[in-house]
Amino acid sequence: MKPVNQKAWLLILPVVVCVAFSAILPLMTVVNYSVQDIISPERRVFVGTEWFKSVMRDDDLQGALLRQIGFSVSVLLVEIPLGILLALSMPAKGWKASAVLVLVAISLLIPWNVVGTIWQIYGRTDIGLFGAALARLGFDYSYTGHAAHAWLTVLLMDVWHWTPLVALLCYAGLRAIPDAYYQAASIDGASKFAVFRYIQLPKLRGVLMIAVLLRFMDSFMIYTEPFVLTGGGPGNATTFLSQYLTQKAVGQFDLGPAAAFSLIYFLIILLLCFVLYNWMQRVGTADKEPGHG
Amino acid sequence: MAKIDLDLAHAYKPNPRSDEDYALLPLKMSFADGGAYALLGPSGCGKTTLLNIVSGLVKPSQGSVRFDGVEVTGRTPQQRNIAQVFQFPVIYDTMTVAENLAFPLRNRGVAPERIAKRVGQVAEMLELSGQLNQRAAGLAADAKQKISLGRGLVREDVSAVLFDEPLTVIDPHLKWQLRRKLKQIHHELRLTLIYVTHDQVEALTFAEQVVVMTRGRAVQIGSASELFDRPQHTFVGHFIGSPGMNFLPAEAGDDGLRVAGRRVAAAPAALHGLGPVTLGIRPEYVTLATAEAEGAVRGSVTRAQDIGTYWLVTAQIGDDASSVVRARLSSHGPVPKAGEAVWLHIVGPRTCFYGADQSLVVEGAAA
Repeated sequence: MKPVNQKAWLLILPVVVCVAFSAILPLMTVVNYSVQDIISPERRVFVGTEWFKSVMRDDDLQGALLRQIGFSVSVLLVEIPLGILLALSMPAKGWKASAVLVLVAISLLIPWNVVGTIWQIYGRTDIGLFGAALARLGFDYSYTGHAAHAWLTVLLMDVWHWTPLVALLCYAGLRAIPDAYYQAASIDGASKFAVFRYIQLPKLRGVLMIAVLLRFMDSFMIYTEPFVLTGGGPGNATTFLSQYLTQKAVGQFDLGPAAAFSLIYFLIILLLCFVLYNWMQRVGTADKEPGHG
Repeated sequence: MAKIDLDLAHAYKPNPRSDEDYALLPLKMSFADGGAYALLGPSGCGKTTLLNIVSGLVKPSQGSVRFDGVEVTGRTPQQRNIAQVFQFPVIYDTMTVAENLAFPLRNRGVAPERIAKRVGQVAEMLELSGQLNQRAAGLAADAKQKISLGRGLVREDVSAVLFDEPLTVIDPHLKWQLRRKLKQIHHELRLTLIYVTHDQVEALTFAEQVVVMTRGRAVQIGSASELFDRPQHTFVGHFIGSPGMNFLPAEAGDDGLRVAGRRVAAAPAALHGLGPVTLGIRPEYVTLATAEAEGAVRGSVTRAQDIGTYWLVTAQIGDDASSVVRARLSSHGPVPKAGEAVWLHIVGPRTCFYGADQSLVVEGAAA
């Protein structure tokens, strides 16, 4: 029989307490809200799954979810290839490499709300460089007036803010490829594209997996920048999931539906990350599957 | 296929001043078309640099590389049509074994049926036929290295195939097999092969001509027997052979050649007036002598080891602890024990004499 040491429980108690206060209790509060209709602090009614049902049928929520998915997919589609391209064109060594690394990393050091403010000013047609330039070129650009403009500006802002992260990850991955691979490829007469396709891209798989997961999760939870830039408008054009949630919970104080919705949101993120992670793991190990030589 | 002429020097640093700054000191060398060569030397002697200069991965800082008389110094490996195999296996992870082998051909636009035929042949030679459709990434290190070798051999029209210590990661028993295979391939295809190694057995068994290198210098080019019997430089004597050549300080005077104060032979004419020289003799050629025999030196045995087929006897000559002679003695004859005094013949037709610059002055002396 295995020896049982009951004292072990005592040792994990601090962790249990910490996790309880930081995650489990807040989550259970949300669960608590999601099954009650709180009319006033004194009057609350148990409503079961009613909030969940109504939230699921909510058109606004469905709209926000679709916008969110569209946004996250666009972010990945733009930032991953752009990041790889950037990493490929960055110098490998010398003072130029250091200088470029610092320059590229700058946008990562800026706080989210400042990024929003920067772009809010940058995109203004009267004093903003970007907005004014577009206006001069004859475009009727307005991120507060046109839904498409607002949406593209938010996307552009995210690309500006986060592509460097992808680029830095890829840069690190590229530097880890031994010279012998490039030498062998040059001996084998491989074209530049073949080197990318058969050496660099496969060797970047690990860092790209991290980049995709990070960028997906981050963009799926995006809040501050569109909130500062457009406040979700015009209309609902840039109201993504977290902002919709905040409006419901803090703006209208509909704690029940907001709680039900946060749980669904949480499950969506969990599910997507799980699927994405497992899929990428499988893509990775498929290479190694067939047996031993 | 091509005859390769080198006349160059290389330094990785700009503006080299002393010899130390050079990875390769000025050298002039030719590799004949269809020959099997080995570049042999310890780590850091410049052999890989030399190989990379031949292939075009490194551009020499001075001088030129010529293939069949045509200057190719500025050309890429691709333009030179060189195949090279590296020390550690380089494979394309996402491809199968067959695709890996076909890659150099496919990049050059060879017809598919021709590719399939060549890949089949090379796989056959390297015993990879059974694994052609497997993903290369899942294979063991030695199989991966076989793929690298295969990629080097798959093109028939190459100027030369270069190997940079290709068998480092391979198991010893497979090493023999692959080396034999390479020799066989060389006989069949008559490609120019240049093989870099620090293992003398590998170099001597593989190559027709071995280039021995040390500190950026090619000190001798020759066949196995030339390197063994007539080392042109003390380094070659020391590096080739197991154990290497014995070296003793000797004095070439008017009355003859003296080792440890004892006259051992008449000084060969070439040594006259040189004064201090270095006497070199292989352990295989040292023989036992009777006490006080003419031309023999007295030593005290410090160690006698049984190596199975022979005894390795180490003796100190005279009072100097650094004058040591090792002798390979047959286990059938008498073998001196440690601590005993012994008389050894160290001068004969195969004794070599080296001047102050460590290079061979004359070979052979009569007692």
